[in-house]
Amino acid sequence: METAFSALVGIFFAVAVYLLLSKHIIRILLGAAILGNAVNLLIFTAGRLTREVPPIIPDTLPIPAEATANPLPQALVLTAIVISFSFFAFLLVLTYRAYQELGTDDTEEMRVAEPVDEEAPPMRY
Amino acid sequence: MATVEHTETDLTVAMITEPAQLVDWLVIAPVALPLILGAALLMARRRTAAQPVLAIASLAVLFAADIGLLWHVLANGPAVMTMGRWLPPFGISFVADALGATLVATAGLVSLVCGFFSINSVNFIGQRYGFYPFLLLMMAGVNGSFLTGDIFNLYVWFEVFLIASFGLIILGSGQRQIDGATKYAILNLVATTLFLIATGYLYGIFGTLNMADIARKAPELRSTAPLMTLATLYLVAFGMKAAAFPLNFWLPASYHTPRIVVAALFAGLLTKVGVYALLRTLVMLFPPERSVLSTLIIWLAIATMLVGILGALAQSDIRRMLGFVVVSGIGFMLAGLGLGDPIGIAGTVVYAVHSMLVMTALYLLAGLMRRAGGSYTLNRLTGLYRSHPLMAGATLLLVFAAAGLPPGSGLWPKVMLVQASLGAGVWWLALAILVTGLLTTLALGRVFVLAFWRMPEEKSGEAATIESQDVGRGTYLAVLVLCVPIALIGVWPEPLIGVAQQAAAGLLDPGSYVGAVFPLETTQ
Repeated sequence: METAFSALVGIFFAVAVYLLLSKHIIRILLGAAILGNAVNLLIFTAGRLTREVPPIIPDTLPIPAEATANPLPQALVLTAIVISFSFFAFLLVLTYRAYQELGTDDTEEMRVAEPVDEEAPPMRY
Repeated sequence: MATVEHTETDLTVAMITEPAQLVDWLVIAPVALPLILGAALLMARRRTAAQPVLAIASLAVLFAADIGLLWHVLANGPAVMTMGRWLPPFGISFVADALGATLVATAGLVSLVCGFFSINSVNFIGQRYGFYPFLLLMMAGVNGSFLTGDIFNLYVWFEVFLIASFGLIILGSGQRQIDGATKYAILNLVATTLFLIATGYLYGIFGTLNMADIARKAPELRSTAPLMTLATLYLVAFGMKAAAFPLNFWLPASYHTPRIVVAALFAGLLTKVGVYALLRTLVMLFPPERSVLSTLIIWLAIATMLVGILGALAQSDIRRMLGFVVVSGIGFMLAGLGLGDPIGIAGTVVYAVHSMLVMTALYLLAGLMRRAGGSYTLNRLTGLYRSHPLMAGATLLLVFAAAGLPPGSGLWPKVMLVQASLGAGVWWLALAILVTGLLTTLALGRVFVLAFWRMPEEKSGEAATIESQDVGRGTYLAVLVLCVPIALIGVWPEPLIGVAQQAAAGLLDPGSYVGAVFPLETTQ
């Protein structure tokens, strides 16, 4: 099952990178969202996939009786989901404000902070 | 009978049974204090008059705790506190070693000074929208990154200071700020995601996230596991975070847009966290992989230095110029990382401390020059020498420090790096360091010559409307306070170099770090 998931993660990364290379911010954002999900799947797969065996230790045993699902990657993914979700929300608002203020979502036209025709520094004293 | 067996489970092999020592709390104090105090400030955000006082008191307490931690670590070696009473590697450890504690203490000083500077420079709106809570939250994230002993936890702290820095960079919502913030936010998000990818792979390979545990297990796994991939991914991710060439363009695109005290904080602290993470991963966790990458890192260092400083020479806006100077400084720190010998690594640590102090001071100084001269651009700033002689003195010291001339603090790390590169036979790196030093002297010396020595032209018409404001005494004092350690390191560098050598030794031989995290196993 890890093999199939690895292929899926690869597809996610390919889509994310393609979108991130765009010059339109909204596509970049979608790319970032997919990239976040690709990473979550990656961590999940990296922790090895075990189905239907919850990591619960019975009262009678000091350790689990059989190999169980790994709970740590799930905790990591949960953390990463929360973080990437909040970042995505922030970026959506930021991009919308940028669209309102700058009137474009094309990164090549977003030159307010770095004007094209800024004057050169004095050439002599 | 089953219940009897249950009670016999030996908890001492998995849990910490003794209560934490009082001194252990010092390890977590630089993270916990700003989180708690920041939350308190957030609750008091409507009391804008009380905000600066409370914030500066908080930052002073934080700085005192940082100094206490540094003192403790230098005297007793790495200090550890593990969360949730689980023994490492199950619990998340915080480890303060000489490197982390030094950087935390420097960051504490920088944030305290910026707190003082902000009294006059952050207006009512800034305070109302939470400048100080963001500042403290960012300090929690930065300190957490320096102190955590768990690589996933490092990712979490990266995100903490990143989200706080987003808040700081858009505070005020000017058009330029939103433009700069968009680029800053997206590029940094991608960088931390790359970091997370590398960490996912690392967990798949090692089955642990505790850095001491990784350092312990790496030698056995080296023959079978793709550790080279991990090291390269970390180099890209943290290189992007540190603004190393060719991933440096987000920094000069954004650092000049927020208010000047925010830019000073960012320039002082954030890129150095990237450098710190590079040192921690490449030098401590993956040393053989680092030596394979060493030539690449050295060329990246040279490119970062030169691209940065050439960019600085082309700018007329002082803030944009300083952004490029920050990038150039990252090149110096990468140089030590690329060399990887004790002197080089120690040079990187000294440079990191120097850069935190000097870059913050230079940005704050730009703020002072804006107030005194009415502009940020070199085309309009004139005649400050006559009106503000004290500011001229501070500027001269900082220009010398940044360019690596005595009596500034920049001389010694450059001496160490040149010595290390000549020792390793990498003369072109030594040459690049010296050429960059010369170009830095030109770029920053020009600021001094134009802004301070050039006679003001006859003001007429529009030019007369540029009014110089009164430079607040508190802001002046903030810059002068930063000048003290800069000059002190310049004339008496032995203590800092000693600490840096201790930090470098701790990175190159993580025995004491691992021993501090796993005391039971190493004594057996």
